[in-house]
Amino acid sequence: MAIKPAGTLYRGKVGMWSWVLHRISGVGIFFFLLVHVLDTALVRVSPEAYNIVIESYKTPVVGLAELGLVGAILFHGLNGLRVIAIDFWSKGTKYQSAMFWVVITVTVVAVAGFTPMHLARVFGH
Amino acid sequence: MSVTIEVPNRPRTRKQANWEKYGWLFMRVSGPLLIVLIFTHLVVNLVLGDGIKAIDFAFVAGKWADPFWQVWDLAMLWLALIHGTNGMRTIVNDYAGQVKVRRALTTTLWAVCALLILLGTLVIFTFDPCPAGASAELLASFCPAQ
Repeated sequence: MAIKPAGTLYRGKVGMWSWVLHRISGVGIFFFLLVHVLDTALVRVSPEAYNIVIESYKTPVVGLAELGLVGAILFHGLNGLRVIAIDFWSKGTKYQSAMFWVVITVTVVAVAGFTPMHLARVFGH
Repeated sequence: MSVTIEVPNRPRTRKQANWEKYGWLFMRVSGPLLIVLIFTHLVVNLVLGDGIKAIDFAFVAGKWADPFWQVWDLAMLWLALIHGTNGMRTIVNDYAGQVKVRRALTTTLWAVCALLILLGTLVIFTFDPCPAGASAELLASFCPAQ
């Protein structure tokens, strides 16, 4: 009888998908970082220039995108801690799947808590 | 199906520094630091007070008038850009098949990284929270023009 492989740490199931999500969130955060350094640099141009650009961060579309950004940062950071635990903690590989779900839960709860507060500011006047 | 791993034709020598190892270590050292730096940045700028609504020139001036936040943001700038660029380099190494393409992309990545670190560092240290000639209503309350 053929044995169905249970999947290894980085092949199949949670281990693989957390790796995919880590990459995608990392790339997204990287490109935001490039933009964010440039927009902040405008404080050196003039107060007006900075304020005009930072106003766009308060528009509904960008305001909604910020929820995704915050979620991506939370996931990437917490999953990074999970990767470190897998690399350095003797029981890391044993609990990698459980740790993934902890990462997802904490991310979802934190974003859920942040969302109403943030959207009230973005959509309120 | 078994995977055959080629026998390396040359054993690893210890004559050169193992930069890949230092890169790997850097990601794991800078990561937890960035969690502290960025999570705090998000709480201070997006959660406390009026969050995103309060962010304008005067808000930034209020923070960077304090050396604490200058150093905080400087550490965040350097660590985040190097961490991000090294992560992008890893992805490029995984997917860029041709040596020329890989070199061009990694060179571009590090050039952009160096440029933004230089720009950001200059901005943090040459920043004037109360620029002369700016209209008073855009400035922080502690500026003499107020």
